[in-house]
Amino acid sequence: MPGRTVSFHPDDRYAAFLRTIPEAPCGEGRLAGVPVAVKDNISTAGIETTCASKILKGYVPPYDATVVERLKREGAAIVGKTNMDEFGMGTTTENSAFWPTLNPADPTRVPGGSSGGSAAAVAAGLVPLALGTDTGGSIRCPAAFCGIVGLKPTYGRVSRYGLIAYANSLEQIGPMARTVKDASLLMEVIAGHDPRDSTSRDCPYHHAPDPEIRGVRIGVPEEFFGEGVDPRVASVVWDAISLLERKGAEVITCRMPSMAYALAAYYVTCTSEASSNLARFDGVRYGPPADTKKPWHEAFQEQRRAGFGEEVRRRIMLGTFALSSGYYGKYYAKAQAARNNVRADFERLFCDVDVLAGPTMPTVAFRFGEKSDPLSMYLSDILTVPANLAGVPAISVPCGKVDGLPVGLQIMGRWMEDERVVDVAYAFEQGGSP
Amino acid sequence: MTVIVGLEIHCQLDTATKLFCGCSTDYRDDPPNSHVCPVCLGLPGSLPKINRKAVEYALRVAKALNCEVPEESEFARKNYFYPDLDKGYQITQYDKPLAVCGYLDIEGDEGEKRVRITRVHMEEDPGRLVHKGGADRPKYTLVDYNRAGIPLIEIVTEPDLRSPKEARRFLNKLRATLEYLGVFDSEKEGSLRVDANISLAGSERVEVKNITSYKGVEKALTFEVTRQKNAIRRGQKIVRETRHFVEARGVTTSSRSKEMEQDYRYFPEPDLRPLRVRDWAEEIKIPELPDARKQRFIEDYGVSPTHAATLTGDWQIAEFYDSLPADLRVSTATATWVADTLLGELNYRDMSIRGVPLDHFKELLLIRQAGEITEKAAVEVLRTLLDQIRDTGTCELPRQCIGRLGLFVIAAAEEGADDPVTAAARQAIAENPQAVADFCQGKKEALNFLVGQVMRKTRGCAKPGDVNRVLTSLLSGDE
Repeated sequence: MPGRTVSFHPDDRYAAFLRTIPEAPCGEGRLAGVPVAVKDNISTAGIETTCASKILKGYVPPYDATVVERLKREGAAIVGKTNMDEFGMGTTTENSAFWPTLNPADPTRVPGGSSGGSAAAVAAGLVPLALGTDTGGSIRCPAAFCGIVGLKPTYGRVSRYGLIAYANSLEQIGPMARTVKDASLLMEVIAGHDPRDSTSRDCPYHHAPDPEIRGVRIGVPEEFFGEGVDPRVASVVWDAISLLERKGAEVITCRMPSMAYALAAYYVTCTSEASSNLARFDGVRYGPPADTKKPWHEAFQEQRRAGFGEEVRRRIMLGTFALSSGYYGKYYAKAQAARNNVRADFERLFCDVDVLAGPTMPTVAFRFGEKSDPLSMYLSDILTVPANLAGVPAISVPCGKVDGLPVGLQIMGRWMEDERVVDVAYAFEQGGSP
Repeated sequence: MTVIVGLEIHCQLDTATKLFCGCSTDYRDDPPNSHVCPVCLGLPGSLPKINRKAVEYALRVAKALNCEVPEESEFARKNYFYPDLDKGYQITQYDKPLAVCGYLDIEGDEGEKRVRITRVHMEEDPGRLVHKGGADRPKYTLVDYNRAGIPLIEIVTEPDLRSPKEARRFLNKLRATLEYLGVFDSEKEGSLRVDANISLAGSERVEVKNITSYKGVEKALTFEVTRQKNAIRRGQKIVRETRHFVEARGVTTSSRSKEMEQDYRYFPEPDLRPLRVRDWAEEIKIPELPDARKQRFIEDYGVSPTHAATLTGDWQIAEFYDSLPADLRVSTATATWVADTLLGELNYRDMSIRGVPLDHFKELLLIRQAGEITEKAAVEVLRTLLDQIRDTGTCELPRQCIGRLGLFVIAAAEEGADDPVTAAARQAIAENPQAVADFCQGKKEALNFLVGQVMRKTRGCAKPGDVNRVLTSLLSGDE
């Protein structure tokens, strides 16, 4: 019996894809024949997987990531690999070693990152579903900037096996879609225990989104509306929260003092882990062959200098420094202490509220090249990194526009309560009064 | 000058599969890169998954070395670049090892000695480099990842050893212990690697790396003691450094000091959860260890302490001895035969107890015990069989060998029959009239001479008692 395929010849005018599969095999199941785009840091057997980096050019994984296996088991067609910031390091997808992706909502602006290609592919209507990965906001930021739904699951709920690691202790693969329902369906397919991932938990996700939110207590941390947050964005998000209140939720303002150190804790942790994760790209196994006439350490250096982009090299150096003997206590160890504070803050807040709400991003999508200074770029992650540091679920759902550009409402929930953040997002998406 | 030695021993745990994946560890006769998967190749996106059996093995070691198992231990990444390292880091344990604060009692230079164990931790072996086109200036180098991910334990001692010989004894005892535990196969190539720290009291310490054999440890340390003593005598200062042992030449050479400055940037392995195995460790049962077995051999079998130490110093020999029938085990002759003769002959041939068919030697012992061959013949058969194994890898069955060599004891018939012993005795009497005359004149020594002649004629296969009886009877008949 010849296998079924899905023909996929998209008009990729926003450069969302790094490569597409014109005739993608598909099967039977809940996603039978549904085209799904997969971020290029997720391993796909037989399909080149580069993390949008020159250093992985030509690397074709011999195995499927667990999430890809699960998509295939439900009949989905893997139609292409989407552009991203190299190794997930960025907030705009401008750090792709190949080309930038444009924001379908306004092609003069970035789609956000690092899962910018996945977000653009969904927003442009090329695919209904896409997989992204979120280390410090990489699903939620592009979802917010492009006006789609993106869920970062609870850490451990979706297998990371086959996800090319950037910062192992922070990242999760998650669904991106035009609607909360679609995102929830994709989550059903990819979630669940995987014995190959020791950090995976046995907690499957079987859930039909429920818009009933009467009695749900929504905490709104003041810090999410603090300095750096565009007042127009803040106002759109407050309107969204008011809508939830009108639908029966209880809104409680609260404080999250650990936010002061969250960004620093995040950047020290992710760069430290990245410096180690990316050490394997030394030219021995991947990338164009190194000059073997040189001693190995020189060959390694040349390979890495030429193969990694500027932002990746910057983060490798930062992480290497943070882990160095004599500095470990000052940086890595301190970052873990700060991370524990963030976790403790969430736990404390979740005694009194069921979810936390605020903007996903402090601003709308940037213009290309607008954030040329890395530090100001890093600052834009301030609202998304707390959920990664604590490992809790967070969703971004479109909640309005500023100057015609999408704004995302972020809902964060308790550990393993992905269902609840989905429900609150769904309630908002349903809009109006009940 | 007091010699101070501490050891760091890396042993491959003899599990069926690798530490973090399901690949087989039985790679030694297979082509390069044939026992690999995304995990042990460190392919992007692959994740380690701990092998429970390896943890169990390591816990057995911890228990046998009288260690404490902390509530929580943790894997860490040791980051460094090297072409044999598939991930650019090694998964090991750093500040939270599996087990700490143990000891192992050994026979020291001055009697019983307790060597303290600082820690026992688990880690993965890296791949292996294969240099092509000349060892000194290779044209190119290939990497074989079959070894990558083989489980290792690192055992670190306190600086409690006081001589190269003590270090060797410690290692022998440790090897025996690991083999008793069923977690280690010392015969496998590369299964043991030792780094030794050595200093003379009052001087800096030197680390000697790359020691891969038991004898090598003693050799390397002996060389270092001499080198350091000479340097001090010449008024030189010992510098703190890392040296490499060159086994072929029996010397240590200074490594580039750069390697010492290596900063491994350890941090907790985020892909593995911490190990909480204290309760499990308590449940784990370990078998009888060398010291207990030695005691049992002395008490139950009446074996001398020296022989008991030899017989229990190697698990396989101890098992062999225990498998012998009860009447053999309690015989001093058996203990002597196994501990001195068998091991002596093996040692003489530089052969190991492994790879010899112990069942054959058990049969030989039984034949000897039954009096079917003489002690002398038994040794000859043993030597013949061992030579065969050394030269061809296999050997005859003992009975076959004894028959071929005509070494079965020749029994003399009771009265006057024409058996080979009687025939030989008649011949000896006929050929030695002088001795016969001397005997008849009451010189008892003359009988011994005649017995010797008969033994020679029967190639030692006659029983001396038989010969005596037959000769006496023949000679008295002559009177």
